[in-house]
Amino acid sequence: MSIAADSISCVELCRAVAACKEKGCRFVTITCVGADSAGAELLYHFDRELALSHLRLTVSGDEVPSISGIYAAAFLVENEIQDQFGLVFTGLAPDYRRTLFLDGQESPPPFRRDRGPDQGE
Amino acid sequence: MAGTVLPFGPQHPVLPEPLHLNLTIEDEIVVAAMPAFGYVHRGLEKLADIRDFRQMIQVVERVCGICSMIHALTYCQGLEELLGVEPPRRARFLRVIWSELHRLHSHLLWLGLFADAMGFESLFMQLWKIRERIMDINEATAGNRVILSVNVIGGVRRDLDAGQTGWLLTELAEVEKGINALGRTILSDYTVQQRTRGKGVIGGRQALEFGCVGPMLRASGVSQDIRLLGYAAYGELDFAPVVEQDGDCHARCRVRFAELGQSIDLIRQALAKLPAGDLSVPVKGRPEGETVVRAEQPRGECLYYIKANGGRFLERLRIRTPTFANIPALTAMLPGLELADVPVVLLSIDPCISCTER
Amino acid sequence: MGFVARLIGKARRSSPWLLHFDCGSCNGCDIEILACLTPVYDLERFGVVNVGNPKHADILLVTGTVNQRNRQVLAVLFEQMAKPGVVVAIGACALSGGVFREAPNVLGGVDRVIPVDVYVPGCPARPEAIIDGVLLALEKFREKE
Repeated sequence: MSIAADSISCVELCRAVAACKEKGCRFVTITCVGADSAGAELLYHFDRELALSHLRLTVSGDEVPSISGIYAAAFLVENEIQDQFGLVFTGLAPDYRRTLFLDGQESPPPFRRDRGPDQGE
Repeated sequence: MAGTVLPFGPQHPVLPEPLHLNLTIEDEIVVAAMPAFGYVHRGLEKLADIRDFRQMIQVVERVCGICSMIHALTYCQGLEELLGVEPPRRARFLRVIWSELHRLHSHLLWLGLFADAMGFESLFMQLWKIRERIMDINEATAGNRVILSVNVIGGVRRDLDAGQTGWLLTELAEVEKGINALGRTILSDYTVQQRTRGKGVIGGRQALEFGCVGPMLRASGVSQDIRLLGYAAYGELDFAPVVEQDGDCHARCRVRFAELGQSIDLIRQALAKLPAGDLSVPVKGRPEGETVVRAEQPRGECLYYIKANGGRFLERLRIRTPTFANIPALTAMLPGLELADVPVVLLSIDPCISCTER
Repeated sequence: MGFVARLIGKARRSSPWLLHFDCGSCNGCDIEILACLTPVYDLERFGVVNVGNPKHADILLVTGTVNQRNRQVLAVLFEQMAKPGVVVAIGACALSGGVFREAPNVLGGVDRVIPVDVYVPGCPARPEAIIDGVLLALEKFREKE
């Protein structure tokens, strides 16, 4: 069983999210499903009159374009993902630089399976 | 005195919880507000790696002590979906009853704290006195006052007998009487109106753009209530979302106050329709796949993303709590206010920091 | 000891003030502490008053686990309290980390950072247990004074 989500790439992300905003969707949240040295998988959830729609973004590196310019509310969850998975959102404002919950570069991203606290660098 | 930065919190008399705000003020007026977090962060989503999917029920119940039952309910519904089991009808009605009891105690708690933030201490004491009746009901029916632990995957663990049902109804009538007696003070008292009307206004469009949920969104004129999805037994009960148009602190207060009555009504409906039958169905196997589930908590929509790979442990558990969605709107609500109004407006979103940071 | 010091000592002994700090609790224990202060349980009948300023406080109630960030806040609050002070740790999390002890950002119980005088168990601690804990803290406070 899996959820129905449109797969998109980094290039299409901002356009797809802007289209959601134009339709009047409420931004629900972003889920980082997992991240390792091979890349990361993120799910963007939107709600429109109680119907959820999802975008599935697969990236190959550590960099993801930020959508905080489109939905300002996204800054909180993007900062959280930076803390927990060590990804970098480009264009994120305000950027806490991995200090939203943790202590920045001193603490390894706890949710990453390849360089979490158990594995070391 | 341009742009003095004033730290608000983490330890502050009006906040039971440590939230930190950096307020940039000019004279007495707030020009910018930036929240800072991390004082309650535990990283409990990571516990899914070492606790199996059944033990995780106890962990998600402790995401937040105020809406613990609904956290467990959302989580169990997600796993029921992945495992392909359907809880019995009686269990679904009982889930509604405990959910609404939680909403009642949470809203009474919030109204009390809100009164306290305005400096109206006797109202705070009165509301918390009424709330104790709900806590007694929780204790008598589930065995614990705060963390009920009634949900299991496939149903519930506790039952209501006929004697408890009758007693619950008389207690609810007392609660209703108490609430109605305080209604005029809460809604039309001169001081309360002065402190709340026109404060922290956010319009419907803006609230949607900031991704607000629950009473925040409904107080801004957007009719949205996740209960309308009909999870548990909500599909068989008759109710409509409480909506107010003003979008200020007073409207948020009115929404939550009206939801008290709505919750009492929903419990009565559920008790009247409560069918006989089993409490839970046996669950076999291990979850596989991914799902997104939502439920309406006292503070609004809560979203769980669950991904499992057929093992004992879940691969990923992500919890998006309602306060997490409501906090970005604060950055738009606080600028322009006087410093003295900040605690009231901050409290009007019903912040639950332990939910936000998990 | 001068007259004023004795007078202050007597006043503090008969009416010590409480400060509550939520370290990283799930709110379960916090709302039970607040419930203790409201009419049904009414902790205030023992002369205690809940205050917001650590410099006025004689007894510190701490709930929840300690993490990297709030350990500093907790240490500062303890430092600022009136001396001698009594610390009461409330709930399983404040005692040992509780259900969260293995979570990545949790250091453990409150006694990792500051000395604790009274431990109140429970998840969440019941109001009766909290009242017992505060009464024990009052006794300890009188001994220290």
